[in-house]
Amino acid sequence: MKRAWTLVRRRMVSSIPVLLIVVVGTFLLLEMASGDAVDAYLVSLGGGDAGLAQSLRESYGLDRSALARLWLYVSALARLDLGVSVAFNRPILDIILERLPNTLWLMGSATVLAFTLGTLLGIVAGAKPGGAADRALSVGSLALYAIPSFWLGLVLSLVFAVQLRWFPTAGIETIASGKTGLARALDIARHLVLPVAALGMIYLALFLRMMRAGMAEVWRQDFVLAARAKGLARRRIVLRHVARNALLPLVTMLGLQAATMLGGSVVIESVFAIPGFGRLAYEAVAARDAPLLMGIIVVSAVLVIVVNLLVDLAYAWLDPRVGAGEASS
Amino acid sequence: MKRFVLRFLRSPEGVAGLILLSCLVAMALLAPVLFPRDPLAIVGRPLTAPFTDASLPLGTDRLGRDVLAGLMHGARASLLVGIFAALVAILVGAVVGTVAGFAGGLIDEALMRVVDAFQIVPGFLLALAFVSVTGPSLPVIVFAIALGAWTGPARLARAEVLSIRERDYVAAARVIGMHPAEIAFKEVLPNALPPVLALVSVIVASAVLIEAALSFLNLGDPNIVTWGSMIAEGRNVLRTAPYLSIVPGFGLVLTVLGVYLFGEGLVEGMAHRRRRQ
Repeated sequence: MKRAWTLVRRRMVSSIPVLLIVVVGTFLLLEMASGDAVDAYLVSLGGGDAGLAQSLRESYGLDRSALARLWLYVSALARLDLGVSVAFNRPILDIILERLPNTLWLMGSATVLAFTLGTLLGIVAGAKPGGAADRALSVGSLALYAIPSFWLGLVLSLVFAVQLRWFPTAGIETIASGKTGLARALDIARHLVLPVAALGMIYLALFLRMMRAGMAEVWRQDFVLAARAKGLARRRIVLRHVARNALLPLVTMLGLQAATMLGGSVVIESVFAIPGFGRLAYEAVAARDAPLLMGIIVVSAVLVIVVNLLVDLAYAWLDPRVGAGEASS
Repeated sequence: MKRFVLRFLRSPEGVAGLILLSCLVAMALLAPVLFPRDPLAIVGRPLTAPFTDASLPLGTDRLGRDVLAGLMHGARASLLVGIFAALVAILVGAVVGTVAGFAGGLIDEALMRVVDAFQIVPGFLLALAFVSVTGPSLPVIVFAIALGAWTGPARLARAEVLSIRERDYVAAARVIGMHPAEIAFKEVLPNALPPVLALVSVIVASAVLIEAALSFLNLGDPNIVTWGSMIAEGRNVLRTAPYLSIVPGFGLVLTVLGVYLFGEGLVEGMAHRRRRQ
């Protein structure tokens, strides 16, 4: 327990400067944009006079120097205030928190699908490196790895939603269905099947290939030879000795993939019209809503830090060697 | 070198990748020869079905543009973006990694925190933001994709430099009075590069996919045809003419597959060489 706490504290302290770099970098990037949020807002209104623009800039603090605005932003951020969206005319944090659950469900389900299925198939392939199953799965996973997720999403929705009508084509739930409780959960689950499959496939292939490669590596080690010499059943050797030891690197991969998966959800949510965090990013770009885009990048960085922290904790729990000697250093 | 080529040609993955990539390069090179007209020009009736008109073998899209010409020209965009994004990413990554690893101390610490910062922001979001701020054009897209891809090479180059800078020839270069910058870039960097180059195939493949996703979201260069924009365009008529979206997707799959297979062949060739040493 103490070990976990040390790990959390260390990670939080070291992520503060990194987060600050993200904030400053994003600020500088959006500073490069021609025109500001007020311009975009006036365009959406259909124009306005210079006086209105001036008063709006004053109310948003846009008339001050870049450095003053950066300071204003960082100090507001410290109070968990991300500012107000121009396009939605609402606090940015509220919009993001409203959209985030959909994306977390999508990413969580895709991760669970990719991890379990990828690991299991990886064990099948790695049980006998060079065998028929191994070769078939290796070709299959490579092909899967090369498929763009948004295109897979389109093809899946064409086959399973348009042609076969098994699943709905778009959205997160049936609009105004009045469903509650379990019925609503099932409705959402049905809407999520295709997007989760489209988002998760590439990671399934990744985990399969990593598991297989890891197992091929472990097979060569001495303790596997010892287990064989003891006359243990092959099944037991595969599962208890080889697969178990090949599993740890996959847990690390889980954290590394969090950022790319968050990026992938932008396209998938646009294909399936899911009102989530990723689609919000696209809406922010389309509406030229710089403050919203900035908030999205900052929140996604925080999200990735949190996921990596959770992965580290899981890793420390799985492998007692991790972090044991760090308390003194 | 000759052995390396032989080993490469003996690996089935490498050969398959080589064939796929050669086809794509041929497509990209022949596009302006076979289809000198602007592939975005309207050449026939909208939604001509494939194999019905001899002059338009793959038919036309919703606006009457030649699908085959689009596919050929699309190969150009994908390959160009993939190759140049990887070049920029490797170059920036190698330089940053070398400086960090060679300088050490505070500079190293600061540069690696910047690498961390770039790594925790989703690369696609970064590219999205960058393109939306600077306006979509091919060079901007290349740079936007490289922005999210240089961290891997930087980490690898730094790790490599940390071990190289302790070697004797670096000490010798110091003794003869070479400037540290000269040592870093003339002696250390070239030797740190080979393992970093192993990342090329992964970066090219992901760059091709990111470019496709960007142009699918209408953030690609509007003046050139890309497979992503063709998929997005075909999506409007997905129910009546699904092939308009499906066919360019196969182009993407084959490109990425070719790059991966080629990369695996390269790694195989290099692994044998290293084992021999």
